Amino acid sequence: MILPLVIYRSLRQHALSTLVTAGSIALASGLLMTVWMVKTQSQQAFTRTSTSFDAVLGARGSKLQLVLNAIFHLEASPGNLDQSDYLYIKHHPLVKAAVPIAVGDNLRGYRLVGALTEMFTDIEIAPGKKFELEPGGRLFSADAKEAVAGSFAAARLGLKVGDTFHPFHGLNFNPNEQHTDLYTVVGILKPTNTPADRVVWIPLHGLQTMNGHDPKYATQVSAVLVQLRTPTAGFLLDMMYNRQGNRLTFAWPVAAILADLFDKIGWFDRVLALVAYLVALVAAASVLASIYNSMSARRRDIAILRALGARRRTIFGAVVSESACIGALGALVGFAVYFILFTAVAGVIRAQTGVVLDVGAGGRVLWLCPAGMIALCALGGVVPAVKAYRTPVAETLAPVS
Amino acid sequence: MLVVADLKKSFASPEGGRAAVVDVKAFALAAGEQRALRGESGSGKTTFLNLIAGILAADAGRIEIDGADMTAAGEPRRDRLRAEKLGYIFQTFNLLQGYTVLENVVLGMSFGPGADRAHARELLARVGLGHRLHHFPRQLSTGQQQRVAVARALANRPKLVLADEPTGNLDRRHAGESLALIREVCRENGAALLLVSHDETTLAQFEHVQNFTEINSP
Repeated sequence: MILPLVIYRSLRQHALSTLVTAGSIALASGLLMTVWMVKTQSQQAFTRTSTSFDAVLGARGSKLQLVLNAIFHLEASPGNLDQSDYLYIKHHPLVKAAVPIAVGDNLRGYRLVGALTEMFTDIEIAPGKKFELEPGGRLFSADAKEAVAGSFAAARLGLKVGDTFHPFHGLNFNPNEQHTDLYTVVGILKPTNTPADRVVWIPLHGLQTMNGHDPKYATQVSAVLVQLRTPTAGFLLDMMYNRQGNRLTFAWPVAAILADLFDKIGWFDRVLALVAYLVALVAAASVLASIYNSMSARRRDIAILRALGARRRTIFGAVVSESACIGALGALVGFAVYFILFTAVAGVIRAQTGVVLDVGAGGRVLWLCPAGMIALCALGGVVPAVKAYRTPVAETLAPVS
Repeated sequence: MLVVADLKKSFASPEGGRAAVVDVKAFALAAGEQRALRGESGSGKTTFLNLIAGILAADAGRIEIDGADMTAAGEPRRDRLRAEKLGYIFQTFNLLQGYTVLENVVLGMSFGPGADRAHARELLARVGLGHRLHHFPRQLSTGQQQRVAVARALANRPKLVLADEPTGNLDRRHAGESLALIREVCRENGAALLLVSHDETTLAQFEHVQNFTEINSP
């Protein structure tokens, strides 16, 4: 029972260095947890989002660009496909479903995507789950100038059923490039926590024939989202489009293309993790330095405790425990740092991609990281603990008379 | 209660070699006895007390406290014996400045019989500090700090209390009061008292005073 008192009093006596050290540990712990959780959750979210479709067919170009453009509504379209290309793959015996989309316009920075109503009625965005509309809304009619807004886009743009808007040309918002067409919002989608939330959907035909668009592209589409009947179908279509043909690109399998993307951007989170590891090491070293440097001031207290009967190992344990307590305090505050950092990063990711990350989600790193910090700090306390262990009692307390 | 025989202690001297500081052939103190040792500075009195307390390890000889052999015991055992059987009042009090008065006294028993806050409160009330339990030593006068040191030395219900120039830092009036308190509280608790001092006023209050040079011939 006396150990907590000794540790508490020592921490109180060195409150400033305790707080500074705990703060750096909190930063390291929060940063590590954020990097790890954002990485794992975003990979899971991107992979989950891409499971609706097996492949994307588009103009000749980068497979990754095609996937990002068609599924994640990022990047520019590499080009257009003819109506005949769409119809060909739609009726291909190996293809279960083929859904065309068209892009090229925006509403104040939020992408307008032209689609058929079957995107909402037939396609599952997750196993057993389709798009759902908020009460009071309905799907657009294929030939009407009507729109259905994703939940995030609607919230940001302040759209509600009955509102009207003029689209803007291009994927990036330029107020000087407003189309004359007037669209009416007829429905708001329920949140799906996917990139579809940050899109305003309009009929495919409407986007193709938008006032100001070149009529010769009026039947073309930007990409076709494809569901295959069997996994082997992907090999055959890959061979046909990518190896034998040179006009179109068949991006398949989507999951592998995304994994390749994460590999490419992996250096970024590795650098962040490295920074966090370094901060953790510096924090542990600062625990060592701050306690070690305070040993001269503590020598007398240690000698008094020894004179009262405290054993060397008790003193050793008290110093190591004190270091571990600083680590625990830092790890605890680290959760607050994690919450703030994660919320900020998740906000940016949601705004940029529509993917929603959950700050409340669990993960092994959420206990491994704090435990590691505490262990690291306890380890940092060993050197000063040895110094405390060796404190000579009689010499420290009084000169020989 | 306390038996010392053929006790030797030397230290490395700056000139090289070793300087003998303590060489006590025989010394004994009965249970409940109160005795003072007279000695000048540098005569080895503190070293003698530190050897008895087990804070220093002897080069040779035997120290027995309440039947337990301090010199034959290893350091952990000496620590335990000190925690259980001894109280030590230092000249400079050696209070823990970061701890409250009550905590200082509680620590005096924590490594031995265990923390007993009620007993610590009783002791502090006995030395007149019942109203200062949660003050820190720096908030007390020198005399009050000395009383905390007395309460702490008696916290573990020791068989033997060692006092090293306990009144050295007090003025004459407070020294007299403080010494009377130490003797009285030791008597009430049945603890033997061995006090070392060079101050004749302090020594004059003891019935049994012995010159340290009579027992120590290094």
